[in-house]
Amino acid sequence: MAGPVLEMRSIVKTFPGVKALSDVTLTVRQGEVHAICGENGAGKSTLMKVLSGVHPHGSYEGEILFEGEECHFKDIRASEQRGIVIIHQELALSPYLSLAENIFLGNEHAKGGFIDWRETLRHATELLRRVGLDDHPETRVTDIGVGKQQLVEIAKALSKKVKLLILDEPTAALNDEDSGKLLDLILELKKQGITSIIISHKLNEIRKVADSVTIIRDGRSIETLDVKAPETTEDRIISGMVGRDLDHRFPERTPHEAEVGAAPALEIRDWTVLHPIDHQRKVVDGVSINVRRGEIVGIAGLMGAGRTELAMSVFGRSYGRYAGGTVLKDGTEIRTKSVAEAVKNGIAYVTEDRKHYGLNLIDTINRNISLTALAKVAKRGVVDEHEERQVAERYRKTMNIKAPTVFEPVGKLSGGNQQKVVLSKWIFAGPDVLILDEPTRGIDVGAKYEIYTVIDKLAAEGKAVVFISSELPELLGMCDRIYTMAAGRLTGEFPRAEATQESLMRQMTKDKEVTR
Amino acid sequence: MSTDVTAKSPAPAPPGGTGSASGGGLLQLMLDGMRRNMRQYGMLIALGLIVAFFAILTDGDLLLPRNVSNLVLQNSYILILAIGMMLVIVAGHIDLSVGSLTAFVGAFAAVLTVQHDVSWPVALVLCLVAGAVAGAAQGFFIAYLGIPSFIVTLAGMLVFRGVTEILLEGQTLGPFPDGLQKMGNGFLPETGPETNYHNITLLLGFAMIAFVVIQEMRDRGRQKEFALDVAPRNIFLLKLVAISAALLTVTMLLASYKGAPIILLVLGALVVGYGYLMRNSVFGRHIYAIGGNLPAAKLSGVKDKKVTFLVFVNMGVLAALAGLAIAARLNAASPKAGLSYELEAIASAFIGGASMSGGVGTVLGAIIGGLVLGVLNNGMNLLSVGTDWQQVIKGLALLAAVGFDVWNKRKVGS
Repeated sequence: MAGPVLEMRSIVKTFPGVKALSDVTLTVRQGEVHAICGENGAGKSTLMKVLSGVHPHGSYEGEILFEGEECHFKDIRASEQRGIVIIHQELALSPYLSLAENIFLGNEHAKGGFIDWRETLRHATELLRRVGLDDHPETRVTDIGVGKQQLVEIAKALSKKVKLLILDEPTAALNDEDSGKLLDLILELKKQGITSIIISHKLNEIRKVADSVTIIRDGRSIETLDVKAPETTEDRIISGMVGRDLDHRFPERTPHEAEVGAAPALEIRDWTVLHPIDHQRKVVDGVSINVRRGEIVGIAGLMGAGRTELAMSVFGRSYGRYAGGTVLKDGTEIRTKSVAEAVKNGIAYVTEDRKHYGLNLIDTINRNISLTALAKVAKRGVVDEHEERQVAERYRKTMNIKAPTVFEPVGKLSGGNQQKVVLSKWIFAGPDVLILDEPTRGIDVGAKYEIYTVIDKLAAEGKAVVFISSELPELLGMCDRIYTMAAGRLTGEFPRAEATQESLMRQMTKDKEVTR
Repeated sequence: MSTDVTAKSPAPAPPGGTGSASGGGLLQLMLDGMRRNMRQYGMLIALGLIVAFFAILTDGDLLLPRNVSNLVLQNSYILILAIGMMLVIVAGHIDLSVGSLTAFVGAFAAVLTVQHDVSWPVALVLCLVAGAVAGAAQGFFIAYLGIPSFIVTLAGMLVFRGVTEILLEGQTLGPFPDGLQKMGNGFLPETGPETNYHNITLLLGFAMIAFVVIQEMRDRGRQKEFALDVAPRNIFLLKLVAISAALLTVTMLLASYKGAPIILLVLGALVVGYGYLMRNSVFGRHIYAIGGNLPAAKLSGVKDKKVTFLVFVNMGVLAALAGLAIAARLNAASPKAGLSYELEAIASAFIGGASMSGGVGTVLGAIIGGLVLGVLNNGMNLLSVGTDWQQVIKGLALLAAVGFDVWNKRKVGS
């Protein structure tokens, strides 16, 4: 095998308050396909942003050597000039421009400021052929599918004379057929001498295309394995991804004994949801889960597993297109076609994205808390401001929301305190079932513990809690039962006693060949 | 993302660290409260400065009772429009059609009363209904079909203006029956002994001051009942005195001329009613919620489409009311009535602290913004500044007000 084309040494990247990368070393050999894998939030994307100049030189520590030379990229353009091209998860194509225009965007074939259309079309056709597309280069991007768009991105990269191609979860949004084509193309490009880095947590993909894999965990590079070596099994990779101990980060819980006979507080049967735009794609595929009163049930899964989509779809059809399934509350079927209906039936959904879906950041704490249940502090449509303030003050104290008054705009609070406001808001609505989506994302350890305590108390009060999380230790520490999802399907169910990080991760990385 | 605090109207401002302050830190407390409501107080101070500026330049003519009375009459319709516009803007939309809609309603009123001899109370009700229907039509396209409000109301602006000209056949139509005229030009009737003042206006003014004081005291009592922190006693008293003094001044000014204009009473009722609606009603809260963060509001069970629809229906009704006031004041319906009033109303809302992206703004702010423009207009008229320069100055005032806001926010950091 050839020598290294890229070396990243001891990379440290700090964001205000968070150390995203604490010590990463990555060596990629000339002409190989190098996979990077790790849990959500392990630092994979940040590492690639450092490499491609999104985080410019000087904003991180450590050094980058490309083709033996040290690099100081100040922006994406600088890295692209060296032949390093990154294709992000969210595609960066302009939908109403043609394929050809997109391929050469910012890099046009022009003479004196005017586009040379003949050369543009000729070259575009040639590049599209290379990635296996026979669409006319004047087709608009919006008129082709997501799978093809991904290929156009690669064509665009080729036009920049790419030497090192970085793909960030390239198949996350693709169906099986398109994924297969894309992976074949990566192998084809490898034959042409292009080195690739592919970020993925689908183990079967890694096995198919990658030569070596580097595992990143908690902002550190753990190890690099040779994928072709016989000892590199999927189990080996999984244990690298999760390998960490559970310490005392969770409140003591007595596991809940499910009472036999009583109907579950919430039961979802055969729930199927289609992608909002691409109706061919099942984002959630025939999922059935249930949760009892007093029980905390976890849903584990990686990015694109369909957990949030399942929850939001059940909660008032807030995501995608409904394509079948029923919801039962205490054994009777209920309607949850609108958010108002879901709330009325005692269901609350606490979003993973509190800034966009959870809070009105420009409004105050008290008004955010009361919004879903304004009727509780209002008489005949008129809000009693004093009662509302009293309610907010109560939550400020019991939830320990750190703010001078309840009239503070929520946008000024820290992430942990914002999360406490969202939780207060939904607890005040008085639900029987709470679906918590990544309730501890992006908040510090101390606040996490407080949130866990609140969740524990809710269960102790007899509420049914569905706990969606990407952090396995937190699921193992908090839940009575854990479901795993992968690619829109349910892939496993574990009682607390039988669940381990390894057994969960195995089911979470299962792509298609599903067992129930 | 901005963190403007003007989303709440000037509450019985709860100070940050109570307890610590009793008497000595009075000034400090006031400054704290002002900093929290920077936008509102800023504009109020600016309004005061503008009034003082013109009062000096015009040798006090600006504050002559007759001129104050005029100022109210001239600006009432913009202020009525500004109230409705504030709701629209807080909801995250815009309405360009209101100027044309006022003209249309004026024309409709003229056709009814002048051409068909419909009695004026019936005509008034029909006109308000017409406004509601026009607003509902636009609201339907915006809320339920998802067509951007800018487009829908731009279309409405052309359509209503066109229909007005069709109705009036390009002519002015008048005069109106007495009852309608009163709405634009009338004053409260006068009875009682001969004082140098307008008795009913005085009585009304005193009654209002008493009402406000009682209301504030009850409010304070309720806060204590809920065991909430209340503002220190002297701050509270200071506030009461300030409000009473302001009300008393306006009352005396108006009472020493012909008394309170009827339209002022209408306007006053609207300000109080809509202020209360925006701040204390579930509906009002939902308007702030959808304007501040639409996806979050939806996921909180707010019926965003219905709220948006109703906001536009309401705008239609208020535009109709303003249209009647304009027509009554001119005593004729004109095809050119209300030209570019939508822009004045929008400017009032933005000067008064509304945010382009929605979710922020108060009724009181819109009124202050409208008064800033009104005093500028009136003052420059008194100084015989030409309309050419008036426009330049008003444009710069808008830019300065919003520019100050942006600068202030950046300084605070959001």
